[in-house]
Amino acid sequence: MSDDIRSMTTELAADARSLVFMELAEALRQRGQYAAAYKVARTGVGRYPELVAAHDLCARIQMDQDHVEAAFESWADALRLDPEHVGAHKGIAFLYYRAGDTVRAAEHLERAALGDPGDAGIRAALTRLGAVAPVAAAPDDDERGAEESAAFGEFDGSCAGVLLADINGLRLGGTIQSPDGRDASDAVAAQLAGVSREAARAVRLLDLGEWHSVAAESLDGSLHLLPPTDDTILLTVREPGVPSARLALVAERAATAARAWLERIG
Amino acid sequence: MNGVHLRALEAVTRVRGLRGALLVAAADGIVVAESLMEGVDGHAMAALVASLAGRVRRVTAGAGLAAPSFLQLRAERGALLAMPAGPDLLLVALVDSDANLGLARLALMDAARVVA
Repeated sequence: MSDDIRSMTTELAADARSLVFMELAEALRQRGQYAAAYKVARTGVGRYPELVAAHDLCARIQMDQDHVEAAFESWADALRLDPEHVGAHKGIAFLYYRAGDTVRAAEHLERAALGDPGDAGIRAALTRLGAVAPVAAAPDDDERGAEESAAFGEFDGSCAGVLLADINGLRLGGTIQSPDGRDASDAVAAQLAGVSREAARAVRLLDLGEWHSVAAESLDGSLHLLPPTDDTILLTVREPGVPSARLALVAERAATAARAWLERIG
Repeated sequence: MNGVHLRALEAVTRVRGLRGALLVAAADGIVVAESLMEGVDGHAMAALVASLAGRVRRVTAGAGLAAPSFLQLRAERGALLAMPAGPDLLLVALVDSDANLGLARLALMDAARVVA
């Protein structure tokens, strides 16, 4: 147990009403100790039910635990206390997006934008949902398709199985199909941001420097994730027979092309 | 700590460049057994890898793929490797940046077979 967590735990044990529970729960969450973080946050919410930030913290921990419905309820509680809470609107917007309800997702993002007009991430998310006209004129569909093909086409003889997403879990380009032919692109893109955050958290807490890639093998496919830029993540998927080092090279080439594409459309 | 578990982990850490190996409960990231060099925070490592493995599992599930049988996080100053050891356990290793990842992976596979 780190010194800061130890001292905060001691302080909370000495005074159960101390607001240090917020900082302690966040520190535990940052270390990936979600069960302990939730216990602290939940107890704090019980003592301070009017504290909006505590409900928001509970929701974020519940999202880390993939308790989606519980996270929705926590953010809804936050909005009952503060109808303009930016974090709650962003969180609920993401949940609606994951559920496929882009209309409600956009509504909540617009409320978040009113509360924090300087948040570029909110505006970018709204642009991708089509709720806001982009600052520069967008290329027409044919031109956009050609640009995307140039970035994501013909890697290792196949243009499928490469997906670029932003840190908000929204797809930027490429496609992923499940083995039964279903388009899984948006569902997978929504999960990539979580992987990126966990990888960054792991290397920070274990003092391993910057993370480069996450690779995984399963019976019916191999995948490789890496961050082409600070705010994007690229997934490359191939059939199980492709050696891992070769998949890594394919992914690196895709990342180079993705960076060039992002600069062109920038 | 189970003797079989400990011997399996010690065999893994004999690979050059391996700074530690753990057996972790996959569901909650709790350490079941460990063989670590000094200075390695086993509890943090266990919780972080279990959480990362859960996230990657969601990606593979979203893509319609089976759960991962091997996971690797590479970073500037080392790497984390993980693989299932039975239905409820994860075998996790922390390696230096100059370690032979191929050998480390083979050692993990041998250990996972012993533990499972």
